[in-house]
Amino acid sequence: MNAGTVTIAYLVAGVLFIRSLGGLSRQETAGLGNLFGMIGMAIAVVVTAVVWSGGSGDTVVVTPTALGILAGATTLGAVIGAYLAQRVEMTGMPELVAILHSFVGLAAVLVGISSYLAPPDASTPLTPAEHVVHLVEIGIGVAVGALTFTGSVVAWGKLRGSISGKPLLLPGRHVINLAMALGSVGALVPIVESADPWQGLPWLLGITALAAILGVHLVMAIGGADMPVVVSLLNSYSGWAAAAAGFVLANDLLIVTGALVGASGTILSIIMCRAMNRSILNVVFGGFGTEGGAPAAGTAPEGEMREIAADEVADRLKAAKEVVVVPGYGMAVARAQGPVNELCRALRENGARVRFAIHPVAGRLPGHMNVLLAEAGVPYDLVLEMEHINQDFEKTDVVLVIGANDIVNPGALDDASSPIYGMPVLEVWKSKLVVVSKRGKGAGYAGIENPLFFLPGTRMLYGDARKSIEALVSLVRKG
Amino acid sequence: MRIGAPEESLPGERRVAVTPQSIKKLRELGHEVVVEHGAGHHSGIEDEEYAAVGAQLVSRDEAFAAEVVLKVRPPTLAEVERMKEGAILVSLLQPERNPELLDALVRKKLSAVALERVPRITRAQKMDVLSSMANAAGYRAVIAAAEHYQGFFGPQVTAAGTTPPAKVLIIGAGVAGLAAIAAAKALGAEVRAFDTRAAAREQVESLGATFLQVEIEESGDGGGGYAKEMSKEFIEAEMKLFRKQAEEVTIVVTTALVPGKKAPILLPRDVAEAFKPGTVIVDMAAEQGGNCELTLPGEVVSHQGITVVGWTDLPSRMARVTSKFFAANVAALLAEMGSGAAFRIDLESEVIRPALLAHAGEALPPPPRKDPAPAEAKRSTKPPPPDAKPKQEHITSPTRRAWGTTLAGMAMIGLLFVLGRFAPAAFLQHFTVFILACFVGWQVIWSVSPALHTPLMSVTNAISGIIVVGGMLQIGEGLDLASILGALAVLFAAINVAGGFLVTQRMLRMFRRDGPPSDAGHGGHR
Repeated sequence: MNAGTVTIAYLVAGVLFIRSLGGLSRQETAGLGNLFGMIGMAIAVVVTAVVWSGGSGDTVVVTPTALGILAGATTLGAVIGAYLAQRVEMTGMPELVAILHSFVGLAAVLVGISSYLAPPDASTPLTPAEHVVHLVEIGIGVAVGALTFTGSVVAWGKLRGSISGKPLLLPGRHVINLAMALGSVGALVPIVESADPWQGLPWLLGITALAAILGVHLVMAIGGADMPVVVSLLNSYSGWAAAAAGFVLANDLLIVTGALVGASGTILSIIMCRAMNRSILNVVFGGFGTEGGAPAAGTAPEGEMREIAADEVADRLKAAKEVVVVPGYGMAVARAQGPVNELCRALRENGARVRFAIHPVAGRLPGHMNVLLAEAGVPYDLVLEMEHINQDFEKTDVVLVIGANDIVNPGALDDASSPIYGMPVLEVWKSKLVVVSKRGKGAGYAGIENPLFFLPGTRMLYGDARKSIEALVSLVRKG
Repeated sequence: MRIGAPEESLPGERRVAVTPQSIKKLRELGHEVVVEHGAGHHSGIEDEEYAAVGAQLVSRDEAFAAEVVLKVRPPTLAEVERMKEGAILVSLLQPERNPELLDALVRKKLSAVALERVPRITRAQKMDVLSSMANAAGYRAVIAAAEHYQGFFGPQVTAAGTTPPAKVLIIGAGVAGLAAIAAAKALGAEVRAFDTRAAAREQVESLGATFLQVEIEESGDGGGGYAKEMSKEFIEAEMKLFRKQAEEVTIVVTTALVPGKKAPILLPRDVAEAFKPGTVIVDMAAEQGGNCELTLPGEVVSHQGITVVGWTDLPSRMARVTSKFFAANVAALLAEMGSGAAFRIDLESEVIRPALLAHAGEALPPPPRKDPAPAEAKRSTKPPPPDAKPKQEHITSPTRRAWGTTLAGMAMIGLLFVLGRFAPAAFLQHFTVFILACFVGWQVIWSVSPALHTPLMSVTNAISGIIVVGGMLQIGEGLDLASILGALAVLFAAINVAGGFLVTQRMLRMFRRDGPPSDAGHGGHR
């Protein structure tokens, strides 16, 4: 196979990847997009395998050992991946995505170090300038990879709850970060100057270690409520890591794909930040709780929270023509999406129009709520984004808030002292009745009191969300 | 307990104290219910409907002879005589208008629960007949006004000419006033409302009406959601305001009541006469004497072209729904008193005790009033105004931002030129590809539906597994370190490829739509 064929094959794969992402613009084309992605990947892997096995004539002659290693690694990886994909609960998607990011980072580190030790095309000598550029590429690739790896592992731990969601704020942490970043850059100098890879290796490992610590430190400093942004950012880092590996190996397909993924993650981060009215820098360098401790400074709302019994909610729901359900992370935690779908069906049979309102940062992953509702069987055309449903709350009879808190906090609009002031929220309080299903009294994930709960039009339905909704389903069904 | 519901005897009263729904609830509480023949007829509830839910239809005497008697209007003295000694009476009682009634209740040793005295606390909201009746009456008052008003409420634009919306003044923004505002608004009128309590402003404005105020600082809050009587200066300012309104307003609904007293006169003869001919005044306080000096309780009078509606039976004019509300309130009150054998008059209950006028042969003085603080307009407990806009962080002007972007872009281009001058050609070629790919990605990803952001992440997980290619190229002939590292990279990347694509596929299969797949624009981001 000559070089031209390989280039065209890579081009085709790249175009298929773009189509794959473009397909996700609508539900109808999304499945086809995913298929394009698979085909692109298959083409890329097969063509690379042919090149690798010496098809182009002048490189390596394949040995049984090497073939065995390749086949073994690919199969094992594919089996593990397939197992994870089958096993994962939709509530656990954020963790899966985070850990997959870490694998890309790890692979980038491994490829970088490996290519430092054994340049792929040692036959053609590099000019001095090319040599420097190559080494800098390796340094960047390894650093971004390591940062992505450890950052994602920490994010995974935080999402699983095995690491506390509270931000870890070391004194002078910006200085520490800066020192580590400068240290990594500085370590490039001895690498460039060393004649032999084995001589420069300790320095390269040093860069890796520094970047790894930086990754841990950066993500540890970010609070649990900012997790959707962090996961999006790590998504983009994993893309940049792949692109850097592409530069190291002079492989355009890796560069293109990495750039696509990097852009995707960046856009998701921007969307998430806009939805929280925060700047990216504010999130990356540790936002919430930085200004003087965890309990937010907002004034405690006055008035009382009014409780409501399930049968009264059921009566109001039966009488309602327009119902909007606002799901939050609490719904995922209680695994209440199935009963929610049942309730939606019962109410629709009853003649009501039921819709779902999704805030961009609901859940722990962009679009997480949509996936959970889809899993439960809620038709996706009933699920609307904030900007499409916010003006409809005035005409809504009952709003059912399930396990959501900060995304329905009116303080974000009118209370300048609230830590989330300025964040666009779902304006549920404009409806005739708001029923909040909540495990117990207390502030939300971000530790902010919610004045919504004290409004005269709000009623609290305490208890486990799953049980509450199941009770509502049976009461509504009973007629 | 045996609960009896007789037919109302007051002429023109159509309501009834029990409905099939409330009887169901009472029976669930373990009570037996007897209803007088034809008691629900005027509310549109026939005897069969009562029988169908298990009520017994009985004679008038038997209904009054029950252990608990439910009524709407205060009983006559003769009716009290029909009751069993020691029985419980639940009804509107209004003893201040008929002092002899209280004596009769005491003499019969009745436990008399006056529905109008149920305290206005949150827990007792569902038993508050005054609110539910006032709500209906406020609505009906506007309908009564429309009946006598010779014009449109809403603005009209026709070939034969146009008319502006009717201007409606609601005096008193309590439950009835708010209901009247909502009804008048719904008919298309321009509504303004006046209330001496500042707390009413927000509620008035939330219904889309204009809140009028006088230029004197004095709170008219008398506790429990009622207004108190105001000072002389205030009243003068108020009259001035009404005279001014008289120039524009053609429909007036007055709702001012002071509990247990004669209604205050808000529109004395001279103020009422200031309104234009054709004006309709509906006086909802007519039964307590009226807010307007021209009002004749129970009548519609015409005076200098001004129509004054003094009906005292507004809730009764929509008896079908008001009976339902009334009966539901009463049933909730009985539920409060306990079910089955546990049913009793609890002298400690914060709901029942204040409403209890007489018990075991004694008249009970009203308990010390402990009204909860009226819901004042606390900043933190009010919803933000409808036009509240989140203040986004970036407040820099668009021009400045554009300049910033341009400068940053130029700096970037400058850097690129420096790079181009010194970097090797091969690198620049890859760099070009990289930058172009970034822009392609940027354009493509913005069109991704937010609903599919999770699948987007998992599919990017999968395709960033393309680094598998890099790992493969690093596996060499022997088992040296570079090969092993390459193999490990292949392993991890392969997890991503397989895991990412498969989980995306699994997720996408879950998305199914409900309507026909016609609206192609759904979910598009911008």
